[in-house]
Amino acid sequence: MSILSYVFIAVLALGLGYSLVRRDRELTITVVVVALLAALFYLLGGVGSLNVLSIAAAVLMGAAIAAYAFRFLLIAVLPQGGAQVMRTAPLTAAFGMLVILIYAIAGLFAPLIAPYGEAEVVGSAFAMADDQMILGADQLGRDLFSRLIYGARNTVGLALMATVLAFIAGAIAGLLAAVKGGWFDQVMGRLADVIMSIPSLIFALLILSIFGTNLGVIVVTVAVIYSPRVFRLTRAVAGNIVVMDYVEAAKLRGEGDWYLIRREILPNSTAPLVAEFGLEFCFVFLLIAGLSFLGLGIQPPTADWGSMVRENATLISFGVVTPLIPAAAIALLTVAINFVVDWMLYRSSGLKEGQG
Amino acid sequence: MSDAREVLLEIRDLRIDGYTGEEWQPIIKGVDLTLHKGEVLGLIGESGAGKSTIGAASMGFARDGTRISGGSIVFDGLDLTTAGREEKRKLRGKRIAYVAQSAAASFNPAHKIIDQHTEAPVMYGLQSRAEAEADAMALYEQLRLPNPDEIGFRYPHQVSGGQLQRAMTAMAMACRPDLIIFDEPTTALDVTTQIEVLAAIREIVERFDTAAIYITHDLAVVAQMADTIKVLLKGEEVDEAPTREMLTDPKQDYTKSLWAVRSFKRQQKPLAGPDEVPVVSVRGVSAAYGKVKVLEDVSFDIHRGRTVAVVGESGSGKSTTARCITGLLPPTRGEILFEGQALPPRYTDRTKDQLRHAQMIYQMADTALNPKIRISEIIGRPAQFYSGLSGAALRKRVEELLELIELDPAEFYDRLPPELSGGQKQRIGIARALAAEPAFIICDEVTSALDQLVAEGILKLLDRLQKELDLSYMFITHDLATVRAIADEVVVMQNGRVVEHGPKDEMFRPPHHPYTDLLLSSVPEMDPDWLTHLLDARGVDNVGSAETAL
Repeated sequence: MSILSYVFIAVLALGLGYSLVRRDRELTITVVVVALLAALFYLLGGVGSLNVLSIAAAVLMGAAIAAYAFRFLLIAVLPQGGAQVMRTAPLTAAFGMLVILIYAIAGLFAPLIAPYGEAEVVGSAFAMADDQMILGADQLGRDLFSRLIYGARNTVGLALMATVLAFIAGAIAGLLAAVKGGWFDQVMGRLADVIMSIPSLIFALLILSIFGTNLGVIVVTVAVIYSPRVFRLTRAVAGNIVVMDYVEAAKLRGEGDWYLIRREILPNSTAPLVAEFGLEFCFVFLLIAGLSFLGLGIQPPTADWGSMVRENATLISFGVVTPLIPAAAIALLTVAINFVVDWMLYRSSGLKEGQG
Repeated sequence: MSDAREVLLEIRDLRIDGYTGEEWQPIIKGVDLTLHKGEVLGLIGESGAGKSTIGAASMGFARDGTRISGGSIVFDGLDLTTAGREEKRKLRGKRIAYVAQSAAASFNPAHKIIDQHTEAPVMYGLQSRAEAEADAMALYEQLRLPNPDEIGFRYPHQVSGGQLQRAMTAMAMACRPDLIIFDEPTTALDVTTQIEVLAAIREIVERFDTAAIYITHDLAVVAQMADTIKVLLKGEEVDEAPTREMLTDPKQDYTKSLWAVRSFKRQQKPLAGPDEVPVVSVRGVSAAYGKVKVLEDVSFDIHRGRTVAVVGESGSGKSTTARCITGLLPPTRGEILFEGQALPPRYTDRTKDQLRHAQMIYQMADTALNPKIRISEIIGRPAQFYSGLSGAALRKRVEELLELIELDPAEFYDRLPPELSGGQKQRIGIARALAAEPAFIICDEVTSALDQLVAEGILKLLDRLQKELDLSYMFITHDLATVRAIADEVVVMQNGRVVEHGPKDEMFRPPHHPYTDLLLSSVPEMDPDWLTHLLDARGVDNVGSAETAL
């Protein structure tokens, strides 16, 4: 057994003791369940699987500690209002923000962080990890770590652009449809139906094969595919707000549509829209990664996580985890964003204010 | 009177905390309560006094975000604060039942009424399904629901609000509980419907000798229902006494102030001269929502500096008339004149000045103020929009308006609506209307969502503003006490028509139109025998009142 496993068992025992002393029912149940799970792993898979479980627990622990430290740091650094908000943030949200921050830094400062260029051949094909290349090389001998860093910039940047575009188009159309109603609402609604009725991947493949795979086409295509979802949500949210008395009061005052949207509706619909932005960003991101995997997205030699998975897929047969690393990068970002979005939804749903 | 009877519910030193997002704050600060079998206890107080919280706690239930932090709740020998989940669950519905304020929101719209009614007795094994259905029909009959054999097989949206509230009372009775908690069961109903529900509740509680906690903020209602009244203020008990004693001889100052609220009455102004041009006049207006006609030939005038109260049950077309005047609903026939000039029927076709002169104050201040915009902008925007003020002049104007509605500018200038109390929000709504410097304001049930003390303050404020600024009001209300307090003229509406129209003094003096009579006699009075007398009186000419009620 590895040292980690001993530590793991020791922590479990301590946790059980603590929870029994504090008479904390939930904690006791959690600890007992984890202990039973560990015992099951040990019986089925022997020492090896217990070690794996210990590593997983240690990773989780490390993530929790990092998130806690990050939240602590934010509370200390942010001004009054922000610190107040952060104090109520759960650890998952703090973890999500930390991950997003790391990705953002990696993307923004890619040339400074990456040891080699994204298309630079520095070793032999499929070289194993060593001091020079901490994650080894890909099928052409390029440094995988450098490509991962550049991939953050390319894939995330592209997804961000497409999402922002989808949001601008969808949200404006949705807000106008809610405020104007009538034929405009009908036309926009049916248009959204038409776009949504075409399977998104097939639609994207079609457009990209017609217009070619340059970045502009990808961004616009993905934005067109995702804007109807934003349109529908915005229209639904705004539809609940336009019937409020305060909007009626503003209409009766003689205010124009633009004022209604900007001052009366938008401030009251930002929370669901921001949450939706996070979710849509994940979908857009996955679609672009998927397109790249199929060879229609970002073109080589530009580094991109989706195509990196494809290019290195053969390595899977040799039991090497390399192709899983870009996939894990995608998964981690998706999870991180959803953690933050969950928290935002919780905040906007008003659950935190105990109804008095 | 019931001291000799067995104690059913005993609450001692109850403390409940609420979570405010930061910390736990006490909501109920040590309340004692004793309820004997078959006794009805009235809990009254303003909103936020903790009435409903105590009601829920009587079932051993703490709402989300609240916790019972101390004291004991002993129901028939079982302490609900320490009882397990299962033990409490077995009591609820079977021995303790709950009737909520909004029956429409409390019934599941996807199931028939009788299916929901029979669920509890069948689940607890008290009755078979057939027995439970027969019993439900018997209860419907006792509660005087029309077609008792058939009504249960309808869905909740297919019966009226008053009927639904009675069906809910019947459902609470299904297991013949020892205790029913009524949480403002008639607050959302019209006065005429309220009577039916009150009479039904009282009769059935007496018949089955059920103990009840009756929660309300309406003193006149509680006077009809309760044997004992307990007055709450900010989570503490202020006063408790048998009903008659409480009404005739209140001991505490706070109780006295509650009792005195209905005394506000303004002097009626003399009628306007025949050649004076009315500020607003509604001429033969008919209106419809699609094919459904809601207004039929409505005409009345509102003169400068006067208040016209428009009264009637919900659905009588009061608010629709207001929508026609503001131009939200263009009339199918007739016209609206402003100072002798016809207004375009649709608000989008009106000029800025025409829009400015007709302002509106809403019933629900919560939805009438944008929760994300600061007070300074809510009030400042109309001033900026109509008068073109900006910068320091705008700020000065907003501060003037805040002073006018008796709120401290320094304190409220930068605040957001959710930080304000109900009464304060309503004042901001008034200030927003005033910021436009209108000649005419429509007040749509402005006090009905407020506690009586707060409502009185709003009425006094509106009265003062009318004197100072020479405003005209159209006051939409179903509360005749408000009409009595503030109106000069009264327009009574029923089914989209004006059935009676005249100066207030005449309206409150017989002879009345039969519908006016029904409305007037349905307003609860503080006399505990009022309901009994009224029902006796109506029993004699039941046919007549039933006709008018339809």
